[in-house]
Amino acid sequence: MKLKKGIPVIDQADKLGFWGGKFGGNFVPETLKKPIEDLEKQFNKLKSNKKFIKERDKYFKNWIGTPTRFIKLNNLTRHVGGAQIWSKVVSDANGGAHKIYNATVHCLLAKRSGKKVIIGDTGAGYAGKMLSMAAKKFGLKCKIFMGAKDIYRQQPNVKAMKKNGADVIPVYSGSQTLVDAVSECMRYWVANCDTTAMCVGSTVGPAIFVRICGWSTSQISRELKVQLMNEFGDIPKKIKLYNCVGGGSSSFGFWNEFMDYDKKQVEFIGVEAGGPAKSKRHAAPLTYGSKIGILHGAAQYVNQNNDGQIEETESISAGLDYPGISPLHCFLKDTKRARYTAASDEEALKAYQTVTKYENLRPSLEPSHAFSVAIKEAKRLSKDTIVIINSCGDAYKDRGILEKKLGKKYVKSN
Amino acid sequence: MLNPISLAFKKTKKEMRPALITYTVAGDSSKKQSLEILKAISNYADILEVGVPHNTPVADGGQIQTSAYRAIKNGIKMNDIFEIVSDFKKSKNSKPVIFMGYYNMIFQYGENNFIKQCKKSGVNGLIVVDLPWPENKVFSKKCKKNSINFIQLLSPTTSNKRLKSITKDSHDMIYYISMLSTTGGKLKESPKKILANYKKIKYINPKKNCVIGFGITEKTISNFKNTDGLVVGSQICKEITRSLSSRQNPVINVSKLVSKLRKKIS
Ligand SMILES: Cc1ncc(COP(=O)(O)O)c(C=O)c1O
Repeated sequence: MKLKKGIPVIDQADKLGFWGGKFGGNFVPETLKKPIEDLEKQFNKLKSNKKFIKERDKYFKNWIGTPTRFIKLNNLTRHVGGAQIWSKVVSDANGGAHKIYNATVHCLLAKRSGKKVIIGDTGAGYAGKMLSMAAKKFGLKCKIFMGAKDIYRQQPNVKAMKKNGADVIPVYSGSQTLVDAVSECMRYWVANCDTTAMCVGSTVGPAIFVRICGWSTSQISRELKVQLMNEFGDIPKKIKLYNCVGGGSSSFGFWNEFMDYDKKQVEFIGVEAGGPAKSKRHAAPLTYGSKIGILHGAAQYVNQNNDGQIEETESISAGLDYPGISPLHCFLKDTKRARYTAASDEEALKAYQTVTKYENLRPSLEPSHAFSVAIKEAKRLSKDTIVIINSCGDAYKDRGILEKKLGKKYVKSN
Repeated sequence: MLNPISLAFKKTKKEMRPALITYTVAGDSSKKQSLEILKAISNYADILEVGVPHNTPVADGGQIQTSAYRAIKNGIKMNDIFEIVSDFKKSKNSKPVIFMGYYNMIFQYGENNFIKQCKKSGVNGLIVVDLPWPENKVFSKKCKKNSINFIQLLSPTTSNKRLKSITKDSHDMIYYISMLSTTGGKLKESPKKILANYKKIKYINPKKNCVIGFGITEKTISNFKNTDGLVVGSQICKEITRSLSSRQNPVINVSKLVSKLRKKIS
């Protein structure tokens, strides 16, 4: 298995949509073959169409707000006492997380193909919130599928979706989390694909959704590359990019533009959700060596039993609480371009406390997982190493959980 | 020698009626009870589809999901499902049995191993919901080599070009999904339109036995008498759920329902 240079990773899949010959694909009911093929044709044409890219960039700039900040965390660097710690504050983006890029692109595509309704899944509620914002902006009706457990634990985002006029449909099957929301969303699409567009909230699902999402979030690394040049005059010699990994859309987007650099110069570290300490129901299929299986239309490393039933996961972070992982990350793992590890619920909470104590930054529980590993590793690294963490979400949505776990003083109201 | 699936169609054609194909979930509500249900309904049904329950189904509606989750919760495993079929076949050897399920179950078992167990236990055909054409080419060939029917699915969104290619690669039986829906949806297309699509498929190759499924119930079944076969699933699963919640015997209630379905098309 080999990662090619000079070709975007999203375009390195074979004809049937497999990366490295075995990750991804299109394991979908016959009914979805046609709408998927239509979307593939549309995307393949538009992704190199200058007018379309100009339109995308216009909305990215004026509506999402680009670039998001790239800042040095001076106090944290001093406290840790090793590598320089920086953050790409992607939560600056309109809506408060990276999910806005994919949502915007899907709405642009849906509008061009004449669809009136767009549906999507959500875990942490950011993918749903952003899709509801973009749908409203582009005049599309919007339905969001969300596990009942997640509706309960991510109320601020649920309220935002409803305010934007979206229908939030609770999913009560299985573990009542993201995995069930994606299943229900796909089922709804099977029954309504003639009138309705679907947005998958991360780099998961049938191959075309993986590609569109990765293409959209790559905005993050495009910006970062420019910011690094501005800051250092060149791409520094030792960079480490830390990102949490749920489905894998923020991490992929954070890394994409640096793919062809030697990993000794630009290393990628993906941090999965380990769940409560000692829990076996982690959401970290790459870290803990889960077997390849099929979930939501794609072959990937996924938590499952011997029979092939998908296993329930447990994480304090709804956005990472997913048993599978993007085929792109399976590919990056097996080609050894990226390294994957996990942080537990407790470690993420501790990192959140540390970051908020030293910096004016409030990463949500998802990026707090990445901060946890970055802080630990930065200690042992030299001063000329540039550690960068993607702070891809704002903690406002987690206030209920944070208040319960850490007490009121960790929750600011806004 | 004709395989049991083709024989079943030959028989129903002689009787000038569509084959009745039932769908029940293996292990619903228990291993033993699902076997009893199969035995009881095989008096009226011509082909038995046995659902292999999966916990992240992307094409099943509420009724079948309920049955599948119930079966999984009660501990049903792939090897139990093979045992159900082989036990059933001990008394009803000539009744065709088809598995319907999702590819991950086959993938984890290993394709070759799975086919071997199918042969050993007496499974005659496979419907794999999420392994469409052309992704299924290699696996369907393997099935054919082992005298197992790989049943291709067609849907209203299938283009004419695809219809032709898929039909060409199909075995004795093909399955037309009547409408854009998960299983258990209300029939939202007119029977006339569904039958027009059905005829289009038959015209491509009249020899293939084409069955229609999705939205077929006691209420709608008699609209489709002039077809090769009809699949009823969700209504049966619903009847099991209803029986359990009203503390009645699902075996008796389901076989009553299937007998009624059969009368409507005889
Ligand atoms: C803030 C935030 N970070 C990360 C994730 C995980 O998803 P992904 O790995 O696709 O970025 C989510 C998902 O909801 C999220 O809301």
